[in-house]
Amino acid sequence: MDLAILSALNAERAARRAAVLVTESASGAQRLVRQGEIAADPLAELIEKQLRTGKSGTVEAEGVSYFLTVQAPHPRIVVTGAVHISQAMAPMAKALDLDLVVIDPRTAFATPERFPGVTLLPEWPEEALPRIGLDGYTAFVALTHDPKIDDPGLIAALRSDCFYIGALGSRKTHGKRLERLAAAGFDATATGRIHAPIGLDIGAVSPAEIALAILAEIVSSLRGPRRKPA
Amino acid sequence: MISTETDILRAAEEWAAAGRGVAIATVVETWGSAPRPVGSHLVIDGEGNFLGSVSGGCVEGAVVAEAADVIADGKPRVLEFGVADETAWKVGLSCGGRIKVYVEPVRGEAAR
Repeated sequence: MDLAILSALNAERAARRAAVLVTESASGAQRLVRQGEIAADPLAELIEKQLRTGKSGTVEAEGVSYFLTVQAPHPRIVVTGAVHISQAMAPMAKALDLDLVVIDPRTAFATPERFPGVTLLPEWPEEALPRIGLDGYTAFVALTHDPKIDDPGLIAALRSDCFYIGALGSRKTHGKRLERLAAAGFDATATGRIHAPIGLDIGAVSPAEIALAILAEIVSSLRGPRRKPA
Repeated sequence: MISTETDILRAAEEWAAAGRGVAIATVVETWGSAPRPVGSHLVIDGEGNFLGSVSGGCVEGAVVAEAADVIADGKPRVLEFGVADETAWKVGLSCGGRIKVYVEPVRGEAAR
């Protein structure tokens, strides 16, 4: 591997961007395909497919064998609301190897005692989100029921490539939310990205069951066909 | 878990940039119950220092030895390990799986 390719691969990783190293098995010839270059690559379809699984592997095209080293950013979930459901999500997300970031300016809720081992930001989403950045490997989940906290988060998520956006609330609550987002300039196509009512329909009742339904929906969005970067 | 692969390739870059001979070993295929997934890396320098893992300890010694030749002659190699090998107890996988490992040199000078 050329040192230049290795440096470029590491740079993409540091910037939380996907990249795939293509190695021709027989000759050892290599090229790095960055996220934005995939569509134009001769192996675009195979690379996309491999990237969705997040796994490296050997592929074959027109009788030639290639090894694809897949470097996908680590998926993470950003939640507004240090609430009961996000507490239940914490150990489940860990078991699924998903990073969890919880944002809540209400310091009575956002305490390390309630969220051991979780990245906890006791700030307003307007402050926290620009810093941590939302990207195509981030899921955003609004759980506070409080528009003052959830709406700025949802607006930031709608302006990003987040692979999943979900918001807690009844159909009535969500209807009002859609009116506010429309007033903020988001059309139905944009707001259609929001999963609401949130979570797979498994009849979830308890906070843990709701957390499970949300995480299942997130995993299905992550492993299904990926939203193209804007 | 796999997130540590970041640090491994970062180390490979730093070692190579510092002028050390470096080889990268990558698990390219597995059959049966393999201890490390396809894409796992082991990074080795000319002195036999290594980071990461391709098998959880079973065949690292053999890969490190082979990497010295890769660094010396600059030619990549494909290695296969499995219990079917006669040397199973020396460099085999006790779990019964088989793995194929690609070992390649890191070439080129540092940009800076």
